[in-house]
This record gives sequence, structure tokens and C-alpha cells, in this order.
Amino acid sequence: MIVLNFFYGFLASIGRSTLALLVSIGRLTIFTGATLSHIVRGPFYFRELGLQFLRIGYFSLPVVGLTTLFTGGALALQIYAGGARFNAESVVPSIVAIGMVRELGPVLAGLMVAGRVASSIAAELGTMRVTEQIDALTTLSTNPMKYLVVPRVVAATLVMPLLVLVGNIIGIMGGYLVGVTRLGFNAATYIQNTVDFLVIGDVTSGLIKAGVFGFILGLMGCYSGYYSGRGAQGVGQATTNAVVSASILILSVNYLLTELLFPA
Amino acid sequence: MNQVPKISLKGVEKSFGDKHVLAGVDLDMAAGESMVIIGGSGTGKSVLLKCILGLMKSDAGDILIDGKPANTGNRDAFLARFGMLFQGGALFDSLPVWHNVAFRLRQGSDRLSKTDARDLAILKLRRVGLKPDVADLFPAELSGGMQKRVGLARAIAADPEIIFFDEPTTGLDPIMSGVINELIREIVVEMGATAMTITHDMSSVRAIADKVAMIHDGRVQWTGAIRDIDNSGDPYLDQFINARAEGPIESVR
Repeated sequence: MIVLNFFYGFLASIGRSTLALLVSIGRLTIFTGATLSHIVRGPFYFRELGLQFLRIGYFSLPVVGLTTLFTGGALALQIYAGGARFNAESVVPSIVAIGMVRELGPVLAGLMVAGRVASSIAAELGTMRVTEQIDALTTLSTNPMKYLVVPRVVAATLVMPLLVLVGNIIGIMGGYLVGVTRLGFNAATYIQNTVDFLVIGDVTSGLIKAGVFGFILGLMGCYSGYYSGRGAQGVGQATTNAVVSASILILSVNYLLTELLFPA
Repeated sequence: MNQVPKISLKGVEKSFGDKHVLAGVDLDMAAGESMVIIGGSGTGKSVLLKCILGLMKSDAGDILIDGKPANTGNRDAFLARFGMLFQGGALFDSLPVWHNVAFRLRQGSDRLSKTDARDLAILKLRRVGLKPDVADLFPAELSGGMQKRVGLARAIAADPEIIFFDEPTTGLDPIMSGVINELIREIVVEMGATAMTITHDMSSVRAIADKVAMIHDGRVQWTGAIRDIDNSGDPYLDQFINARAEGPIESVR
């Protein structure tokens, strides 16, 4: 009897978890649909959008710049060490450039901005939810989806490609600095090799990824904050959920996009 | 001739899971009347306000404003008839005080210019006893009492027909509570607005109310004029207004 009860309890807990997961997926799908629908329907809050460009884009520049600078440098060292095994040290500039613009630039920038921005959006909206500011917006004839969610998601989507573009340049510069100062490359040759092997498709694919990652991190930040639980614990949980879900989605969507853009 | 109530609630129900917070609320409010809703914590008073405003969807029952269902017609036009003072103020942290007060007036196609909205906000701030130099401060720079006044100024900024006050004196000292109560009473009379206030504070009830409704177990337990509150003969109301631990209302809920 005890074993049977334990078995039923086990099955019930699986059932509850599955239902909770399905509810979350359904709610996120509806939230995404509502966001997309509000993006194309006015009124538009351009002041809010401008403010979010500044918060999400401009203030993320140091984080993205430092991340890509050091990654570019480390990449150059790794490729040099690996390439030396096949006497292929000369590939360093081209592989650093391709690796940076196709993969590392968008993914690392996406993850870093998710950590910085998705968490802050979730905390801000969560606090607004807990302190009834979102309800207050509604009573003041302002749709919170249009006023809070759309500017953040649109700003994140549009600003991420720009951030990644700047990050790519800084990352390649990191590789260049290490290549020239530590690995003995000629400065002009390094730049020539970088430019020669990089094609426009490498850059655009990275920027497409960046736009998608921007949408994901903006959306997950807003979703987690908008449906935040009560109290400090609820807001804390919303912040954690935003970063974890945005990061996992960025990494999994990155694989799908890579399959799509660069089929084997 | 019977006047159509400004707000009429008929059998309003709302549950959260197994918990039936509102189990059939019936209540009428005449135009220009100041109704105070009292009741223990967790008895659904705030939920009732949110259902009327459409911030929450009621499970059953009818909510009529001027005899018409609240959930029909243009939503913005409907909400423009209401002002609300939230329990914690719910001021927008990222906006200066004047923008908070004039927020509604800066929305929509017939929005005021920045200068006009600021002037009007300062006028409303004066009405609630705040000096114009408060206008450019941010909510976090204000004391609790000042935040309530700003919230009150925001609630009355667009001269609404109906104003809701959700626990307007919570967290304030007795003197500031008295000031806020007086302001609410003055403003409601001056504007001729219909007011619905939720509070636990009996001094607020006596200062603000024309009529009182007590909610218990998800229903209106007692309703009547403020002058009848002390000799209602209702044991639930007596226990509540006299703050007695013993009585039909369980102290542990």
C-alpha cells in the first residue's frame, strides 16, 4: 500500500510539473503573440524607445567591448597554439575574424547582454508589478504592453546587431593586438589576411543572429518581470528566470540558426 | 423616480483556485456618494475594486456603471472616467512628480503640451497641499505622506467622475492620516465625484464616508449610512468597528 501511494505521488508530481510547463509555454506563446501584435499597432512611445536604446545599447557597450576584446585575444593565442601543430600559424587572423563575426561575437554579446539587460528589465517590471505600477498604467488608459514591453523588445532587437558589430571589430582588434605584440605577426599582413578571408555573408549571418538574440533577451526579461510573483522573493525569482531562460534560448536558437545559415 | 446607481454590482464572484474571495457581492452606489468598504484583511476588498476597473476579470455577476455593463464599449473612454489612488501610491519611479500627476493628460490624441501639462500638474499639487518645487523631484525623494498626496493629485488630475481610494492612510502617522482624510473628503465634495474607499482605519471611515459597506465571507455583510454604523445591531460590524478579538469573525483566517 505504501509503495502504491509512493508510486501515485511520484506520477502526480510528474503530472503537475508537466502541466506547469505546458501552462508556461502557453503563456509565453500568448505573450510573444501579443508583443508582436502590439509592435505593429499604435500608439508608439518613441520617448520610451529612445530611452531603452540608451539603456540597452549604449550602456552595454563596455561589457560587450571588454568581453570581445579579451575573447579575441585568447582566440588568437589558442589558434596559434593549435595551428602550430600543423605549421598553420598563418591562419590566425582569418580564423579569429571568422570565429568572431560568425559565432563568438553574437553568442558572447547575447549572453553578456542577457545577464545585464534581461535581469534588469525583469527586476524593473517585476517591481512595477509588485508595487501596482503596472495596474496604475492601465487605470491611466495606457496599455502596459505598448508602454513597457514593446519599447524594450524593439530596442533590444535593433540595438543588438549594432552592439555585435562594434564587438566584432573590438574582438578582431583583440586578436590583432595579441597577434602583433605577442605572436610576431606583421601588422599590415594581419589586417590584410583578416580582410581577405572575411566575406560579407559571415558578417550578416552574425548580425541576423544578434537581432534574434536581442528579441529573445528583451522578450524573456519582459515576460519574467511582467508575470513576477509577489514580494522580494518573486522579483528575485523573476530576475533569475529571465537570465537563465534567455541564456538557454540564445544558445539553443544559435544552433538552429547556424544549421539554417550554414547547412552542412 | 428611481435614480440609476452610478455603480451597481450584482452577484459579483471571483475565486483564486479553491479560494472564493468574492462569493456574490451585491452593492449599489448613487452618483456623488462617498462609499467606504470595510472588512478584514484578505476579504477581497481590493479585488472588488480591480474587478470594477477591469484589472481582474470577475468569474460571475454583473458590474454596471450608469446602468451599462462595465466590460463593453471603448476601454480607454471607460477608464478615463475613473481616478485611482493606490495603496502604496504606485507612482512611476522613473518619472518626475509633475509627469506622474499629468500622466493621463499626456496620452492620447488630445494630449496636452508639456508646458500645459506641467502647469496643470502644479495646480493639482497645490490642491493637495504640495509646493510647486516638488514637481521636479522624483517619487523616491518624497516622504510617504507626500507620495500619497502626489497619488491623490494624479487620481484627480483629469477630473474623473468616479474615484477609488485603496487604503489611503495605510503606513501614515495619525496626523498625516487626518490630513489625507480631510483632503479626500474636501476634493470629493468639491468635484461632486462618486468615491469608493477601501480602508481598515475607522477614523478614515468616519471622516470620508456617506455610506459604509462591510464585506465578510465574500459578501456584503452590512450596508448603511455612516450615522447608523454604531447602532447597526450587526454583530460582525460591531466586532469590526470596536476592534474586538471576540465575536463572530474569526481572528485567525
